[in-house]
Amino acid sequence: MAQVDAALAEWVLGVARRNGATAAEVLCVSAESLAAGVRLGEVEKLKSSRERRLGIRVFVGQSSANASTAELERDGLEDFVAHTVGLARLTAADPSAGLPDATLHPKGFPELELADNDQGIVDADTALAIASRAERAALSADPRIKNSEGAEFDSGRYHVMFANSQGFAGEYEGTSFHIGVAPIAQSDSGAMQQGYWYTANRHFAKLENAEAVGAMAAKRALRRLGSRKIKTTRVPIVFDPDMAAGLLRALAGAASGPSLYKGASFLVDKLGERIASPLVTIRDDGIMVGAMGSKPFDGEGLATNRKSLVEQGVLKTYLLDSYSARKLKLQPTGNAARSVGDAPTVSATNLYLEPGSHSPQEIIATVKQGLYVTELIGFGVNGVTGDYSRGAGGMWIENGELTFPVQEVTIAGNLKEMFQSIEMIGNDLLWRSSVVSPTLKIAEMMIAGA
Amino acid sequence: MANDLVRPEQFFLNRFGMNESGLERILGSALERKADYADLFFEYRSAEGLALEESMVNHTSKSVSHGVGVRVCAEDRTGYAYSDEVTFDRMRIAAEAARAIADSRAEPHAAVQVGGAVTRHQLYELESTPLDVPIEERAKLLRQIDELARAYDPRVRNVMASFAAERKIVMIVNSEGRVAADVQPLCRLNVTVIAEDEKGRQVGSFGGGGRVEWSYFLDQDRWKHYTREAARQAIVNLDAVDAPAGEMIVVLGNGWPGILLHEAIGHGLEGDFNRKGVSAFSGRIGQSVASPLCTVIDDGTIANRRGSLNVDDEGTPTSRTVLIEKGILRGYLQDRLNARLMKTAPTGNGRRESFAHVPMPRMTNTFMLPGESTPEEIIGSVKKGLYAVSFGGGQVDITNGKFVFSASEAYLIEDGKATRPVKGATLIGNGPDVLTRVSMVGNDLALDSGIGTCGKDGQSVPVGVGLPTIRIDGITVGGTRA
Repeated sequence: MAQVDAALAEWVLGVARRNGATAAEVLCVSAESLAAGVRLGEVEKLKSSRERRLGIRVFVGQSSANASTAELERDGLEDFVAHTVGLARLTAADPSAGLPDATLHPKGFPELELADNDQGIVDADTALAIASRAERAALSADPRIKNSEGAEFDSGRYHVMFANSQGFAGEYEGTSFHIGVAPIAQSDSGAMQQGYWYTANRHFAKLENAEAVGAMAAKRALRRLGSRKIKTTRVPIVFDPDMAAGLLRALAGAASGPSLYKGASFLVDKLGERIASPLVTIRDDGIMVGAMGSKPFDGEGLATNRKSLVEQGVLKTYLLDSYSARKLKLQPTGNAARSVGDAPTVSATNLYLEPGSHSPQEIIATVKQGLYVTELIGFGVNGVTGDYSRGAGGMWIENGELTFPVQEVTIAGNLKEMFQSIEMIGNDLLWRSSVVSPTLKIAEMMIAGA
Repeated sequence: MANDLVRPEQFFLNRFGMNESGLERILGSALERKADYADLFFEYRSAEGLALEESMVNHTSKSVSHGVGVRVCAEDRTGYAYSDEVTFDRMRIAAEAARAIADSRAEPHAAVQVGGAVTRHQLYELESTPLDVPIEERAKLLRQIDELARAYDPRVRNVMASFAAERKIVMIVNSEGRVAADVQPLCRLNVTVIAEDEKGRQVGSFGGGGRVEWSYFLDQDRWKHYTREAARQAIVNLDAVDAPAGEMIVVLGNGWPGILLHEAIGHGLEGDFNRKGVSAFSGRIGQSVASPLCTVIDDGTIANRRGSLNVDDEGTPTSRTVLIEKGILRGYLQDRLNARLMKTAPTGNGRRESFAHVPMPRMTNTFMLPGESTPEEIIGSVKKGLYAVSFGGGQVDITNGKFVFSASEAYLIEDGKATRPVKGATLIGNGPDVLTRVSMVGNDLALDSGIGTCGKDGQSVPVGVGLPTIRIDGITVGGTRA
């Protein structure tokens, strides 16, 4: 079996050059994983995997092509590279195409602790035992927890190697661990509600306790029992941290270079302008040690970094790879994302909204009547216009207190106005994933219900 | 190669040096413990993509992937392991990992004898696939689309067009000795248009495809239709007013709005959720869940459709399953595991995204049979409401039955006429209840143009939907205007 190493990368780049490529990149990702699932106390599934893919991008002048393969033997690769160069010759020359400016490649890489050196892939028995503990905690939390979609423990390890024809080469390893639990609560009337909760980390020892995850999942299912629809009304909306993080993802999408140069974003020409309430500061940090979204270099071999996307409400930067940067006559920001066989795209790294000083309870206490949103479903976010309309569930707030659970309503507005009308920001920022937010209060949105 | 495609059963044996006795040994090893069933899923997929933006076809890509998955089922437990190296060595390791799910008490199994080939449908016997058409020709069509869209209206600012084509060869060999193999072509042409005027910017999208040849897009000028629809939708939306908020009468147009059935009904009828009793439809077979005007079908056997398959990803030939008959819940969608545990027959709905995934019950093409009203009668019957003709994605919470789907082109209905366009809005309802409110069903059933992709548990598979124009007496529209 072929070795994936610097020599292979060098060889692939050489083959590309011999076939007439003027520039090239090679990306190789190897991954293995084990996922274990239990349901109602019994083993339900075990899944183990091993994968390795190699991707290239080749340029012939300003024309390029992308390709990926699972065949890493040199005979097959030789044809594969030659064919990809041929494909590039058939592609339109694009004046903005090309590798990044060679002087921008970093000389050294930060140590980010992306891999757990003490814990590799967790063995099946241990994984099943952890999933069982999490599910048992959920099932035993309350007699109304009557069913379950199970609990899962996943563990994965991956290796990324990237090199280009202008001398950049880098590689890194990462690990990930995840516990998820999905118990189902049932009321006397027979109505069912699922609760889901999870913990994820790059380091096994930093996962939340399995029992705590199970107990939280049960709590979330139970509090949805008896949910009802409410009348159509316009009221303040409080987003819990996980739901608020979705607003950040939508903003990052609109601030990303490809959306902007296509004119497909509500943030076109907004650089330097106030796009959010002055309370709002949003940062993107690709070099946070041990964080889920960190990496030592981006998908084009440029340095990742720490920066403000929004500073006190003002849009300070876009998120750019070198192609979209050239299109917009700006500098790349170290936000190129890459999957094997595709051209670079753009994504945030670790994106977060700076916490404020209020506890979630204090925020809820300021609302006379409103909705505390804990669930959102659907895809009703239009990045071009900012129009926002999604299915929502949560708790009704009456005189500053959470009262009864709500479901089958929508909340609607426009992201441009929603960000401007953020009135309060919680102090409850927790790094549960690569995009995180504290609790947010938005002055008013339309709820459609009965 | 050509011969292998006529007889895909031979493809993997030739390509990766496999032989039947080797496969029998692997299946024997998979069944070494107390297991009920084992299968091997082989996949070889080639795909190419082209994309145009700013009037240049500046993006081309190509991928080849292959792999094999080994599955072992013991009662309701599933062990699965896969590798992208298709060798007996890796398959033996995968079989050992997968069988760990079963009790270690060894039981004597009859030796597996690989033999009987499954008879598959012949739903997409193409003379050539779009992958065989020169790239230049595909690129030229994207440039023509760009020109046509820009000529449609001076307010068109940008055009994105893409064409993706793949060919998947699969083979399933199971512990009953059955072998099923298939060659599955699939392609899709997509057009997105950005329009702009002094009021702002809007987007419109249209596309289509299926398990079809390249000529499909040229026949009946389909590519022109896709292009004009995308441009028209973007231009219409420039004049859109805020959508209303609250519960109202909604008329859904025919075709793609069938996504309602997919979200509100289809997912809730998948066998896995019902075996576990976690669906809002659990235990409701034989009960009324829709108005008597509604008959809902899932049919994987319609020729050349995106959601169709000759055999599913467990080797079962696909079929036509009546889900709701005149309002009464009749059936669930089953894969092998859930059918066995529910003591019923598989319906050919066991599907998976790739060799890296375990099969699950999934929809194919899901649609409602036509009724007797004309679309004009249906719209004409509504004094005040919403007429929604195009949608983006949708989602459902299986357990409480609440579903959403988001309109991307909709109009107010005022005094029996579709009038002003409204901005996109999400519609939300309750799956077991929404079809009980259907009061009129049109005579204009149409299937969608071939763009659907369904996500479940992290796996994406191509699907189709269809709907005649229908009237729903009360569903919540998530607009911003009181």
